[in-house]
Amino acid sequence: MVLNSKIPEGPIQQKWDNHRFNIKLVNAANKRKYTIVVVGTGLAGSSAAASLAELGYNVISLCYHESPRRAHSIAAQGGINAPKNYKNDGDSIWRLFYDTVKGGDYRAREANVYRLAQVSGNIIDQCVAQGVPFGREYGGLLDNRSFGGAQVSRTFYARGQTGQQLLLGAYGALSRQINSGRVKFFGRREMLDLIVIEGQARGILARNMETGALESYIGDAVVLATGGYGNTFYLATMAKYSNGTAIWKAHKKGAFFGNPCFTQIHPTCIPLSSDYQSKLTLMSESLRNDGRIWVPKKAGDKRNPKDIPEEERDYYLERLYPSFGNLVPRDVASRRAKEMCDKGFGVGSTGLAVYLDFADTIKRNGKEWVEEKYGNLFDMYHEITAENAYETPMRIYPAVHYTMGGLWVDYNLMTTIPGLYVIGEANFSDHGANRLGASALMQGLADGYFVIPYTIGDYLASTKFPQIKPDHPAFKEAERNIQELIKKLLSIKGKQTVDEIHKRLGKVMYDHCGMARNEAGLKKALQLIPQLREEFEKFAYVAAWEYKGNGLNWELHKEPLAFEYVKPSTRSYK
Amino acid sequence: MNFTLKIWRQHDRNSKGKFVEYKASDISPDMSFLEMLDAVNRDLAKKNEDIIAFDHDCREGICGSCGLYISGRAHGPQRGVTTCELRMRHFHDGETIVVEPWRAKAFPVIKDLIVDRTAFDRVIQSGGYISVDTGSTPEASSIPIPKANAEEAMDAAACIGCGACVAVCKNSSAMLFMSAKVSQLALLPQGHAERKIRVQRMVHQMDKEGFGHCSNTYACEQECPKKISVAHITRMNREFIRAAFW
Ligand SMILES: Cc1cc2nc3c(=O)[nH]c(=O)nc-3n(C[C@H](O)[C@H](O)[C@H](O)COP(=O)(O)OP(=O)(O)OC[C@H]3O[C@@H](n4cnc5c(N)ncnc54)[C@H](O)[C@@H]3O)c2cc1C
Ligand code: FES
Repeated sequence: MVLNSKIPEGPIQQKWDNHRFNIKLVNAANKRKYTIVVVGTGLAGSSAAASLAELGYNVISLCYHESPRRAHSIAAQGGINAPKNYKNDGDSIWRLFYDTVKGGDYRAREANVYRLAQVSGNIIDQCVAQGVPFGREYGGLLDNRSFGGAQVSRTFYARGQTGQQLLLGAYGALSRQINSGRVKFFGRREMLDLIVIEGQARGILARNMETGALESYIGDAVVLATGGYGNTFYLATMAKYSNGTAIWKAHKKGAFFGNPCFTQIHPTCIPLSSDYQSKLTLMSESLRNDGRIWVPKKAGDKRNPKDIPEEERDYYLERLYPSFGNLVPRDVASRRAKEMCDKGFGVGSTGLAVYLDFADTIKRNGKEWVEEKYGNLFDMYHEITAENAYETPMRIYPAVHYTMGGLWVDYNLMTTIPGLYVIGEANFSDHGANRLGASALMQGLADGYFVIPYTIGDYLASTKFPQIKPDHPAFKEAERNIQELIKKLLSIKGKQTVDEIHKRLGKVMYDHCGMARNEAGLKKALQLIPQLREEFEKFAYVAAWEYKGNGLNWELHKEPLAFEYVKPSTRSYK
Repeated sequence: MNFTLKIWRQHDRNSKGKFVEYKASDISPDMSFLEMLDAVNRDLAKKNEDIIAFDHDCREGICGSCGLYISGRAHGPQRGVTTCELRMRHFHDGETIVVEPWRAKAFPVIKDLIVDRTAFDRVIQSGGYISVDTGSTPEASSIPIPKANAEEAMDAAACIGCGACVAVCKNSSAMLFMSAKVSQLALLPQGHAERKIRVQRMVHQMDKEGFGHCSNTYACEQECPKKISVAHITRMNREFIRAAFW
């Protein structure tokens, strides 16, 4: 199969305009004849579902949370980019485009990135109109900060809760459409399979997580907005439920997976302290604007940081990158931190941490200044580590944070399966091999508010759809297969819990497919994972509960999630 | 550290629940409350027993999924943190800890410690937004908003919708939750066009869902993990009265 990216003709600045003019439109009166299934209610899913419903389509929206507002987008802290150039510091659509392509290590599609940069300004307009309380200056105008390796200030923020505020804005828009009846929302549903009929994506099979029942949802097109797959690594900054089931199932049905190896490791996370830990917590990258990163010059120096004099400290980022200093892009900051620790310069009890020090900023601007800007982060750090970062430097270490890889999509955001669209973190599109800070929120909302509402119409208007009912053989077969899979997983009676196996998988992934990879390590992982899979299939517990009816006992289950990501291909005991 | 836990177990919406006692042993003081429950669940799973169901996701205090009533306090003894952020170092070694779900008529228990909070969603659906279609918006900087108003709107908008306010209120009132949204949007010029119908519809929906009224006890502010101020309730009341005379 030849991949056709469907990049429109013309100079890059005009591609999107040309495309919008050339694509087919669905007549306003006909839109209500189409149903679109949107899986996921994060920034991408909520904004898409709301915008499609506003246009007049019938939308079925599902997510595995009880409420759309709990999607993982809520956890984004730092901000969202748009080249409004409010700071008059030379920003432009072209600069954001250029920065994103370069930051992505030249592995993103130029036309997509340019469109992203073009619509990013509209996102800010949209969010402000919805009442998103972005940070403002005393004159009442919107404030911007520099973030994540950008040399201009183009990041809009709502304290340390930008993702929360943007999601609540999109949730408001979605709620309005639920109220109007154009969106039917189903919470606590987990998509377990994609239904493809005569080569077209026509719906999904989902499990009702309260009753355990399998349910079919039929539409004329399916949009997956199901987020990233970072939890393959077990310890990540992702929420506990974030998993790759939806895109993995679609992949198994024929959608290509783009660049699965491109995972982002974020440099400023609170280091692991022990074995029981269930996830890692991100400290906003904005901390790097005012904190200085260092390690002792002497390997294995276990002195209290206060007792290490200035000349015995290595501010290695400032030393290696004098013009960017502590603000180098994420991948660079993470790799250098790992190297430092691997060479024995790491600090803290595990040696897997570097210092992020605010002493100079506090001396220069006062504690209150730091408190106003970062108070909530310092409080969070204190709650987790019981350390006071105003007095002793924070300890940070890189953690898995984002997946640039995802299902392959063309310029229209359609996968290799006709009628299956993927938006937000779940697709592979705009960030190449490395995502810049504050660009994921931008991409999720660009896809949902401003791209999919146009591009999906082209497909709907130019495609014929046979009538389909829930008893169609394709749905029945999927249901049988899923039921069998659940039964198989249920019948495993082992000695380890699913979490324990997941943790071990995560360690294999982190050690061999993490920040530094080589042939030997990857081959080793390909041996270890099939062994683990075998062990799991023999011994693992399945730990979710199936409702069997009132008064009856619940039955022990586990979602078939964790080990499908890496399909064993070689097995050897050399 | 070691603890005795008395945990509410309930099969489903319709069955009767009861407290069951468990031991949590070898708990590190740095563990979060949910990680402590993970450890208990691991032991239960190994004994092939029904694990304790609780809602959670982000585990960093922002998604609003978690919410346990811990020895008589919503989200436990610490102020300003959610259950997932709460660390075991705030408990005494050997302590008996009672763990219950939120209790309110509008939040029926689904299983064990999980409740149905979709009533909150319906309150928002009734009008807790600004009606703006995608694309139909002015330039973002065309309306300057005084910093103080923007900051206060942000204070209100910080609500995570966990429901602790309802759980601690003797009337099971949703006033803090709802007023946070009303207040956020009333403080911003963009929200003014729908000021009247918004507050009226939301209050109507709140009553319909079976939430109680506010009798100014202010337990909600005390227990709110995001420290949302009851001043928003005052603003909402003002909005509501104003709406009647418009
Ligand atoms: C801690 C943290 C901080 C971040 N900070 C920033 C930042 O400052 N700036 C920035 O630009 N980006 C940031 N990011 C990245 C950004 O938040 C995410 O990439 C983005 O929000 C993803 O949005 P999404 O809509 O694609 O997916 P998500 O928000 O993850 O939503 C996924 C949705 O899909 C549903 N779902 C998933 N699988 C299924 C299934 N099988 N069945 C049914 N429903 C399913 C979920 O219920 C959910 O509704 C941050 C990420 C993290 C983890
Ligand atoms: S799990 Fe998200 S707030 Fe506690």
